[in-house]
Amino acid sequence: MDGEDISNPLMEMCANGIAGVDDAPSSSTSTTERKNRPIISGEQLDIEAYAGLYSGRTKIKRLIFIAHHRDNTAMQLEALRMAYDELKKGENTQLFREVVQKIDDRLGPNYSMDAAWCAMVDRKADQRKDKLESELNAYRTNLIKESIRMGYNDFGDFYYAHGALGDAFKSYVRTRDYCTTSKHIIQMCLSAILVSIEMGQFTHVTSYVSKAEQTPEALDPITSAKLRCAAGLAHLEAKKYKLAARKFLEVGPELGNSYGEVIAPQDVATYGVLCALASFDRTELKNKVIDNINFRNFLELVPEVRELINDFYSSHYASCLEYLGNLKSNLMLDIHIHDHVETLYDQIRSKALIQYTHPFVSVDMRMMADAFKTSVAGLEKELESLITDNQIQARIDSHNKILYARHADQRNATFQRVLQTGNEFDWDVRTMLLRANLLKHEYNLRASRKI
Amino acid sequence: MNSVEGLVTQIQGLSSTASDVLSLHNVLKQADDSLHAESTRLLPFLDQLDPSKHSLGYLYFLEACTAGPVTTESASSFVLIIARFISSCAAEQIRLAPDKFISVCKRLKDQVLFLEEPLRAVAPMLAAIRKLQSSTENLTTLHPEFLLLCLLAKCYKTGLSILEEDIFEVDQPRDLYLYCYYGGMICIGKKYFRKALELLHNVVTAPMSTINAIAVEAYKKYILVSLIHHGQLSTSLPKYASTVAQRNLKSFCQPYVELANSYTNGKIADLEAYVQANMEKFGSDNNLGLVKQVVSSIYKRNIQRLTQTYLTLSLQDIANTVQLNSPKEAEMHVLQMIQDGEIYATINQKDGMVRFLEDPEQYKTCEMIERVDSSIQRLMTLSKKLTVLDELMSSDPMYLGKVGRERQRFDFDDFDSVPQRFNI
Repeated sequence: MDGEDISNPLMEMCANGIAGVDDAPSSSTSTTERKNRPIISGEQLDIEAYAGLYSGRTKIKRLIFIAHHRDNTAMQLEALRMAYDELKKGENTQLFREVVQKIDDRLGPNYSMDAAWCAMVDRKADQRKDKLESELNAYRTNLIKESIRMGYNDFGDFYYAHGALGDAFKSYVRTRDYCTTSKHIIQMCLSAILVSIEMGQFTHVTSYVSKAEQTPEALDPITSAKLRCAAGLAHLEAKKYKLAARKFLEVGPELGNSYGEVIAPQDVATYGVLCALASFDRTELKNKVIDNINFRNFLELVPEVRELINDFYSSHYASCLEYLGNLKSNLMLDIHIHDHVETLYDQIRSKALIQYTHPFVSVDMRMMADAFKTSVAGLEKELESLITDNQIQARIDSHNKILYARHADQRNATFQRVLQTGNEFDWDVRTMLLRANLLKHEYNLRASRKI
Repeated sequence: MNSVEGLVTQIQGLSSTASDVLSLHNVLKQADDSLHAESTRLLPFLDQLDPSKHSLGYLYFLEACTAGPVTTESASSFVLIIARFISSCAAEQIRLAPDKFISVCKRLKDQVLFLEEPLRAVAPMLAAIRKLQSSTENLTTLHPEFLLLCLLAKCYKTGLSILEEDIFEVDQPRDLYLYCYYGGMICIGKKYFRKALELLHNVVTAPMSTINAIAVEAYKKYILVSLIHHGQLSTSLPKYASTVAQRNLKSFCQPYVELANSYTNGKIADLEAYVQANMEKFGSDNNLGLVKQVVSSIYKRNIQRLTQTYLTLSLQDIANTVQLNSPKEAEMHVLQMIQDGEIYATINQKDGMVRFLEDPEQYKTCEMIERVDSSIQRLMTLSKKLTVLDELMSSDPMYLGKVGRERQRFDFDDFDSVPQRFNI
């Protein structure tokens, strides 16, 4: 169920007419409000709009990732072209060379290796670096804290712009000794977090987030929203989906587009919902996601995801799984979540199966297979693995294709356990006494030899 | 000659009361060498002694007689003599010279093995054990000999009767290892895998300062029996096993450990291929029969797992899941398991379906209550035994001395009644 071709929402849009008032919000086509258009949806990814959500280095990285994973040549070249344009505005010659190599002269003479530009940028970089170094040395001899801090900060920015992430990180961390106010500390933490995310070292992200949150002053809402996003990303990478979901759901609506260097609000919504679906139980799902007023703003940006979670909660599993299937291809192009899509999807599907069987004493497997749009044989295999993992307490009547709930008989189970514990105790004590006797014998032997 | 005759008269005279017997014992000990010197001519004198009344003297004479090498004619006559002696001797008298008794019994064993009739010595050896044991919890050197004879004579039931008793006192560790090893083999022969596992576990985890061959062989069988009985092998020995065992046993039993790994992976084809490849290794250890049982047990384990998830299942599906060749084979396996009591099910041949049932045990019968009650009694006696041993140990002077010496003292209040140096 990949959304490679034109999928249903788009057809619906065309059939209903562009100016028509619809229930489906995907009918809004005003190009002025590009940022509010559903970007992550079942349609094929609109690269320009997607890239417009981000800024800075992450934009380039994401475009390269899309080019790498998309087999469609036209889209590949589109992504690479946008990356090239963006890189020309910046100073990162290393990434520039990489992109040029990937383009491989397929986009014409305008998009080939511009060696002159590279040389110029490198020369300017060296000049600036020397200047920064001399300034920093001057400040260091003068021992003015604030200037030294600014100097290291500038160094960090410089290295970051040129793609030397390790040096950037080191420079930012060095400012810590010269920070005097909480604002400085927060600034340092945010920079360190940004560089760590780009480097992919999420352990640093977690430590700097906690450092920033420990400042005595109250954080302004945008900063705390940013920190929560970063923490959520770190948990996501660590596969701690429950914690990630909680963090993403706590992000305040003030975030807006202010963290475009790292994450877009659509991403917050998608990641939050997927992780929540995979890991929360029903009460938590209702309290934290569906009734969460703050999070509603984010959900508006990705209406398919909103439909998804409402369907899951109201047990319309077929449509829920259909939405998931549509979203999959676009989610695989996202750099943070593409590793986790399979796991999350499996978990969501298992949760759906378990939730379906929970209220019933017996379930007709044919009806269940229809509800989940799968064959009875396939469903039987899935249920078998869930039963073996002890997530469903039931047994399958394969002849009549019915699933019977089975509740363990407590009394018999207790008797069995009692007898078994008695036997184990008996055996343990007997062997222990025997071993004690052997040890005593050996000890006596040794003692008698000494005497 | 005269000294021997003199001995005979002394024996006849001094065998009535306990104190006389003690003095007789001293006399005999001094005369032992001279007896051994005249070993070839002692046989006729045995007729003058009565084994039940003059047991101690008879024993000394007998031990000297049988000291020579075993030959066919002497073997058959000696077997009869020794067997008769064992059945009629007086237990208190022979307990004064246990080594001699043990060596006489060992010679009996050698002789029946020489004649290739181990069955003849089984009953006498059993009687010998009973007479030599100070209590049923005592393990003597004769226990492993007896089990060896039972194994060779294939009369496992008599062997089992000895194995039923719990052992708590051991004279020689080597006896224990051999006893448990042979006992394990007997239990495997009778398919009492749980008891076999216990016995082999005892050998493998017994305190030992160096690795011995018995432990290695026992560990090989332990792996196989563990797979048959539990379906898995715990990867490390428990903490109370000796350090030498923990470090070295696995390296000696490499093919078996790999067999266990491929068993737990669950792919029957891989398991069978591995067994084929290593046939001679298993064969040289005489474990081929066990290995074959391991392979057949993997089918059983897979079928048992099915009972947990399915209520009814077609024979075709069972054959597919368990990787058997046809529904007929699946039916044979299931039928065998139902007969052995390993699963509860009914086979519907018309539909080709198997219906899995719950364990019908309701724990409501009188027998069950008796079983629980006897378990409780048994465990209470065991607990009492444990407490008694603990008290004995805590008041043992050597233990107190060692603990007293090694205690740390932090201030004056720590100086309580345990002395630092405890002179015995």
